[in-house]
Amino acid sequence: MKKVLSGNEAFARAAYEAGVGVVSSYPGTPSTEITEHVAHYKEIYTEWATNEKVGLEVAIGASLGGKRAMSCMKHVGLNVAADPLMTLSYTGVNAGLVVVVADDPNMYSSQNEQDSRHYARFGKVPMMEPADSAEVKEFTKQAFELSEEYCTPVLLRSCTRISHTQTVVDLNDRVEAPDFAPENNIPKWVMIPANARKRHKVVENRLEMLTELCEGDKYNKIEMNDKNIGIVCAGVTYNYVKEAMPEASVLKLDFAWPLPMKKIASFAAQVEKLYVVEELDKFFETEIKAAGIKVEELDRDVCGELSVDAVRELFGLEPVQADVDTTLPFRPPNMCPGCSHRGIFYAINRLKLFVTGDIGCYTLGLLPPLKAINSTVCMGASIGMAHGLDKAAEGMSQKSVAVIGDSTFLHTGINSLVNTVYNQGNSTVVILDNTITGMTGHQQNAASGKDLHGNPAPKLDLVMLCKAIGVKESNIRVIDPFDVANAMEVLKEETSKPEPSVIITNKPCIFADRSVIQEPYFIHEDKCSGCRVCTKLGCPAIIWDAQKRVALIDENLCTGCHLCIKVCKFGAIEQRSK
Amino acid sequence: MKLDILMVGVGGQGTVLSSNIVCDVALAAGYDVKKSEIHGMAQRGGSVVTHIRIGEKVFAPTIPLKSADILVSFERMEFLRYSEYYSDNMTLIQNTQIISPPSVADGEAQYPQDKIDAVQKSLKKVIEVDAIGKAIELGNQKIAGMVVLGILAKNVPFEKSAWEQAIRDRVPPKTIDLNLKAFETGYNI
Repeated sequence: MKKVLSGNEAFARAAYEAGVGVVSSYPGTPSTEITEHVAHYKEIYTEWATNEKVGLEVAIGASLGGKRAMSCMKHVGLNVAADPLMTLSYTGVNAGLVVVVADDPNMYSSQNEQDSRHYARFGKVPMMEPADSAEVKEFTKQAFELSEEYCTPVLLRSCTRISHTQTVVDLNDRVEAPDFAPENNIPKWVMIPANARKRHKVVENRLEMLTELCEGDKYNKIEMNDKNIGIVCAGVTYNYVKEAMPEASVLKLDFAWPLPMKKIASFAAQVEKLYVVEELDKFFETEIKAAGIKVEELDRDVCGELSVDAVRELFGLEPVQADVDTTLPFRPPNMCPGCSHRGIFYAINRLKLFVTGDIGCYTLGLLPPLKAINSTVCMGASIGMAHGLDKAAEGMSQKSVAVIGDSTFLHTGINSLVNTVYNQGNSTVVILDNTITGMTGHQQNAASGKDLHGNPAPKLDLVMLCKAIGVKESNIRVIDPFDVANAMEVLKEETSKPEPSVIITNKPCIFADRSVIQEPYFIHEDKCSGCRVCTKLGCPAIIWDAQKRVALIDENLCTGCHLCIKVCKFGAIEQRSK
Repeated sequence: MKLDILMVGVGGQGTVLSSNIVCDVALAAGYDVKKSEIHGMAQRGGSVVTHIRIGEKVFAPTIPLKSADILVSFERMEFLRYSEYYSDNMTLIQNTQIISPPSVADGEAQYPQDKIDAVQKSLKKVIEVDAIGKAIELGNQKIAGMVVLGILAKNVPFEKSAWEQAIRDRVPPKTIDLNLKAFETGYNI
């Protein structure tokens, strides 16, 4: 049966068809929906791990235990999981193990644009790169077979335009994976130096065998056409090349690593000029040049994503002249109407605190009019950075807070809080507990009280955890983020203490708990003084009418969160009755 | 046949269902189809865009410049942001709902109605609809997207019955009749 599936749905379908037994992942755009879709297959045990490192370790354990396993993450997630990956390369696998990593060229929803192909070379593991959803499914299934045949983890590289593009896929049935008993093999699995030295040789030998596989006929096919131009490309880039340069000969690399240099040299010999078209870093190009193969220069930007037009331009074809109006009022992403983060950020803005921020919806607190984020680096960084600020700059802990979401705190924030307490810091941490992982599309976490399937799960008690870490009970404050006056008071008190403090907000994301949505509010025009305090909240539902010089509420957008009435001094805002 | 449809709007307007149905209909008609969209941060009230490409064989997931045959704007001004995709014969289907960008909402900038009027005049075909108004008349604001889909269906060469089947397959069973009614309303505009 044919269906239109996104790349992420196709990864999930492949896991099902390949007889996968265990999937453990941490959400991250653009990879999140893979694991959500896997969860629809009751044959597969699926979970949200607390971070990518844990997710991969669970998958390693499952492979050791004899079940095909998969872990899915975004590119920066692989940084977190890099530690187990680098040594997993040495141990190899028992049952097949596949790691899906999704890059985000153009950074639609990421803090950097790193190219994860480097991890394949770094870890000496194979990486396959599908070009559409049909290949996603085909390659993923092959990856499990290769993983077992070559005793290696296999990386599958996706990107935003693969994961979030739907293409036509032929569905197949699930096959039962080969039966592996749990493996007890100390020289293979216990990576003490004496064993690891031997395993390193196995890794090098494996890479040679994989290179031979890549040189063969099954993968990395040459499509001979016009011999004037030969293009080496892979993944999504193949599609841009085929559409922009239909006459060119193409060597499509199914494997981003290892590279079939003999085949590339032979392709180069068959064409007049050899080009490499790839997105992000000059990964293939550098390797191919290093192998002594002549590659024609292209004036390609290593930043951002490619397109049909970008590829045409690379080859000197006349660019399509198209106008873009850059003077339109900008529409950046924003916290949703009713978002439980808005009130606390308003309070932080009013107090002019310096904020070390973190990764999540609340990063949007940097935008005007709230402008209450001063740094964002990586998952969990806010707390460590606040401690660093405190130790570096006298008095800074009284003027700053770390802001982190519940899921990010559990991901890699806890260890930083342990560090702050242990090293007798003074910083204040605000945990925005909205009971969900918001930015990636509302996934459950250990503080949600629900598992991936929405079933009840043990709910982590953040207050008890902070106490156990050693934060004084009187310095742990649970507050309603919509109560701006109280939030300001508590922020003042806790930042002034020469001790670590934790402030926890306690209102859910409106998507985590729809029952918080109430009747909308409206503004009495005659009572509105035009002071514009409510428009400073940055709520998308509150609009300034420049003609009438009054604020209005778009009742289609308002969720009745009542934050605006907390700041209106004129009693102009009222709730619609049911 | 080649049909490139750009769907634009504001994150949270729920354009995913509509675009999925377009893909189902194209596949049922025997065509290759690709649909590309952006999730995550871009969905939080920001400007969002979905590329749908239908043809005998589709390679790139995104529409080349100046190649959109139809642009569906789920918000009144959003189509202005994507002018690099307008083809000479493009049809604009425009929901007249206004969602103010932050700078307009706080009074720093004007909602660009003048530009909307000017660009509309330069386009070959423009179909405006107050989809939310129509949806509320039918009893539920949430089916506004289905009204817009009905208009789209009228302007592309696929069987009406294929659209109705795709809607039945995609929407919650209890809402099929209401969705079909909204689709019909749009189809007859």
